[in-house]
Amino acid sequence: MSETITYREAVRAAIREAMESDERVFLMGEDVGRYGGSYAVSMGLLEQFGSERIIDTPLSESAFTGAGIGAALNGMRPIVEIMTVNFSFLALDQIVNNAATMLHMSGGQFNIPLVIRMATGGGKQLGAQHSRSMEGWYAHIPGLKILTPATVQDAYDMVGLALSDPDPVLVFENSLLYNNKGALDKQAVPIPIGKASMHRQGKDISIITYGISLFKSLEAAEILSKEGIEAEVIDLRSLRPIDDETIMSSIRKTHRVLIVDEGWKSGSISAEIMARINEQAFYELDAPMQRVCSVEVPFPYANHLEQAALPQPEKIVAAGHKLMEEL
Amino acid sequence: MSTFVMPSLGADMQSAVLMEWKVKEGDSVKKGDVIAEVETSKGVIEIEVFEDGIVEKVLVPEETEAKVGTPLAIIRSLDKSTEIEEPAGPDMAAETKEAEPSPTPDQPIPDEPDEPVEIQRVKSSPLARKKAKELGIELSSLAEGDKPVHLAQVESQKVSGTTEMGGMRQAIAKAMSRSNAEIPHYYLSTSINMTAALHWLEELNKNRAIEDRILPAALLIRAVVRTLQEVPQLNGFWRDDALHLSEAVNPGIAIALRREGLITPALLNAEHMDLDGTMHALSDLITRTRSGKLRSSEITQQTITITNLGDLGVERVYGVIYPPQVALVGFGRILDTPWAEGDTLSVRKVMQATLAGDHRATDGRTGGEFLNKLDQILQTPEELL
Amino acid sequence: MKIDIEIARDYYREMLLIRRFEEKCVELYSHEQIRGFLHLYNGQEAIAVGVMDAATSDDTILATYRDHGQALARGITAKAIMAELLGKAEGCSHGRGGSMHLFDKATRFYGGSAIVGGGLPLAIGMALADKMMKHNRVTICFFGDGAVAEGAFHESLNLAALWHLPILFICENNRYAMGTSLEHSHSEQNLSKKASVYKIISDQVDGMDVFAVAKAAKDSIAQIKDGSGPVFLECLTYRFRAHSMFDAELYRDKAEVEQWKEKDPLLVLKKKLEDIDLWSKLDVDEIEKEIGSVIDEAVEFAQNGTLEPLFDLEKFVYSAEVK
Repeated sequence: MSETITYREAVRAAIREAMESDERVFLMGEDVGRYGGSYAVSMGLLEQFGSERIIDTPLSESAFTGAGIGAALNGMRPIVEIMTVNFSFLALDQIVNNAATMLHMSGGQFNIPLVIRMATGGGKQLGAQHSRSMEGWYAHIPGLKILTPATVQDAYDMVGLALSDPDPVLVFENSLLYNNKGALDKQAVPIPIGKASMHRQGKDISIITYGISLFKSLEAAEILSKEGIEAEVIDLRSLRPIDDETIMSSIRKTHRVLIVDEGWKSGSISAEIMARINEQAFYELDAPMQRVCSVEVPFPYANHLEQAALPQPEKIVAAGHKLMEEL
Repeated sequence: MSTFVMPSLGADMQSAVLMEWKVKEGDSVKKGDVIAEVETSKGVIEIEVFEDGIVEKVLVPEETEAKVGTPLAIIRSLDKSTEIEEPAGPDMAAETKEAEPSPTPDQPIPDEPDEPVEIQRVKSSPLARKKAKELGIELSSLAEGDKPVHLAQVESQKVSGTTEMGGMRQAIAKAMSRSNAEIPHYYLSTSINMTAALHWLEELNKNRAIEDRILPAALLIRAVVRTLQEVPQLNGFWRDDALHLSEAVNPGIAIALRREGLITPALLNAEHMDLDGTMHALSDLITRTRSGKLRSSEITQQTITITNLGDLGVERVYGVIYPPQVALVGFGRILDTPWAEGDTLSVRKVMQATLAGDHRATDGRTGGEFLNKLDQILQTPEELL
Repeated sequence: MKIDIEIARDYYREMLLIRRFEEKCVELYSHEQIRGFLHLYNGQEAIAVGVMDAATSDDTILATYRDHGQALARGITAKAIMAELLGKAEGCSHGRGGSMHLFDKATRFYGGSAIVGGGLPLAIGMALADKMMKHNRVTICFFGDGAVAEGAFHESLNLAALWHLPILFICENNRYAMGTSLEHSHSEQNLSKKASVYKIISDQVDGMDVFAVAKAAKDSIAQIKDGSGPVFLECLTYRFRAHSMFDAELYRDKAEVEQWKEKDPLLVLKKKLEDIDLWSKLDVDEIEKEIGSVIDEAVEFAQNGTLEPLFDLEKFVYSAEVK
């Protein structure tokens, strides 16, 4: 049974239902209660669950993220909401030195079933300190799991998947996706963490992407199709772990790959994926791998500059042409 | 008696300078007493003894630099356990070093031993290169200027229904090794006076259009085929410990590929071809071989192999039989050679013909018969038409 | 103050255990059997012993990198700790943590942290969970004077008071944050004042007197369990040894160290007992012998321990051991 709702509503529903069915779950972060959530995700939850379970925190990212870790250690199932990934740096010590590491340091004794949700991405002229996509950067760290829901279905499913994971899970929600409408089937079995999903089949190019870039990639695929180039579009869904199998299997089919990643390219998740393709499918490549990433500049305020810095369907189409060149 | 050594105070401390002894020989010390001062990169640090005892001997003078672990003094200990325990635990650093696995590559290193050093490297995608090798297609034949070769170009060279020659070549390589290992070869050779045959051929070709002219190679092949009709034991297969003769005569013709070695596709049913037929079939076979368009039957159904390396200047060929065949005929260069006929000595065009035979299938008698007959047939070439 | 001879004996034994353990560590480190960083607790024993006496087994302990004292006083065996220091699989953290990262589930000992101030936010969370689950127990969070300068300290104290959390903050003020003295770190050197500004019940305690520490800790825990909210105890103490093994102590006077050694918690206890004629009742030699055996056995246990096989290297990254 499917309904059409917004990404924001899907996340809200997932949090609500999790809290209804498990009293260990609670939400903690800045402005999640009285304000209704800085992106209105938690609107109405305070009224339903009260201030003991929807906790407004002061501006203390380090302390409340560490508190999330402590609460998870001690038997609860907290969801910490860090307003945006740009503010998460204040909590980086707790995330990296505690959440990612304690299971290992304790020789396997203490796991941390913590969920941290963060808004990510640029495109709203919010300037350099509010526009980053750091999910690829966090994916570098062993001990963490990194989810990047793109579809409304995943926005819903991934809250549950994250909460039932015994280890710390970071969920990155691109802020421009909140208003997106899409289909949600609450009865559908969630695709597990670590499996990518194929959104479009094609024989000529494999487009590997995640998050909001999925939609830009699908748009580009339509344009390419009119030119007789059929692109396969794969949504990674998680950046740690990455679904190598789906990627390589697609490349064995098309032999041409294009990665779309909103992070900056240097040391990015697109670089990591290219390295893996080199390791696992070198001889399947019929052309050098291509990628479309953000231009290496702190995001500018002026609209035309910002849009030029971000991945766009036109850039993806151009990269697709390059892949098919000389044939 | 125990040795007091220069202590390690940190992972990045390699050595220190013993600045001042706080005790002298004969002094008694208690556990925890400061025994000396050492200067390190972080400043002067006091070092202590770990047991009660008497300083028996000072080993290192003041203002000496000593590495961590260097004995500095001997202490006659007064502890109940007089011997200092040598660290009984394994040396962890050494342990880890030993246990380090020697690096093994995850994937076999791509190695192309057949490819000779090319002066001009052809750019191609890895996939195209791999496909081309499998099909036995030369990349350089596909390259257009400096543009890299892609899969599509390689695939357009391949015709559906053919076997991939790359694989076949590998099979030949395997077979050669097997041959040497399994087949007991015997070798016979004979000198054949080709003067008459060549002369006859020359006359024949004089009156023919170029495309109809017969090459000596075709004549030789035809001669072999005719001879096999008289001596059929060399035309067949050794299988299940027995010789199985073949009705069809499909001689494998050794053809050199431009850079990729030798291949021996068969002239199928050569027993039904006359000389012209043999010539045309040979021509066609060579063309298709060079462009990778052979049929699988041509690659697998040889009943005997003929190798004619005379045009490369080789005088005598000692071949290796391709199992499961049982014979290989080799022709060398046709040379002007002194030739005796009766009492007369003259110069004649002489060619060495050799036979390699599988001694399990035939013996020298049969082999000799064959070569004899071949010689005879080549003296009356007109009968080969 | 009435002193129970049995309790006094226990205190003495436990402090001596810590002292001799640390001394043995010096020896093993000097002979390269213990590696990495080693931070010793000599001089501060009264705090760990006094606080742990007040704590129950249900309470949560969060400690710093200078954690051998807390670990021993909490009841983690000398064997398990020594094995950990020698990197053996039998160590309390399976050999994965080392000196700064002692962990033990059975005693609710949540480490062992190398990040100064890093444990305070964890304490907030643990206490929050206890409150939510209605477990009437206390989170005891140890940290030093250095942590008081960290932002996380202020965020955490604020939250602890704001949310009325059951936390006992034990600030072990040994006057030096590595090589930086109190006067060079804090505009306000009375650290207990910093907590009272956040509206937290706050007190200074003589950290060299195990009885004083124990009493203050007991009273505080009772208060917290009674619903008072968090309590902050600044325990004034001193570390007799350097910050870590490789430290020339250029930042402090030898004379100062000698002065504080006169207040050695073992001496303080001895004096207290002598004053009421109970010292002779303690068979000190017996205790020394017993401790000596415990330490020797711990060393032997550790030296005979096993190294984890290399093929297990990638364990303990994720719970399900999924790659």
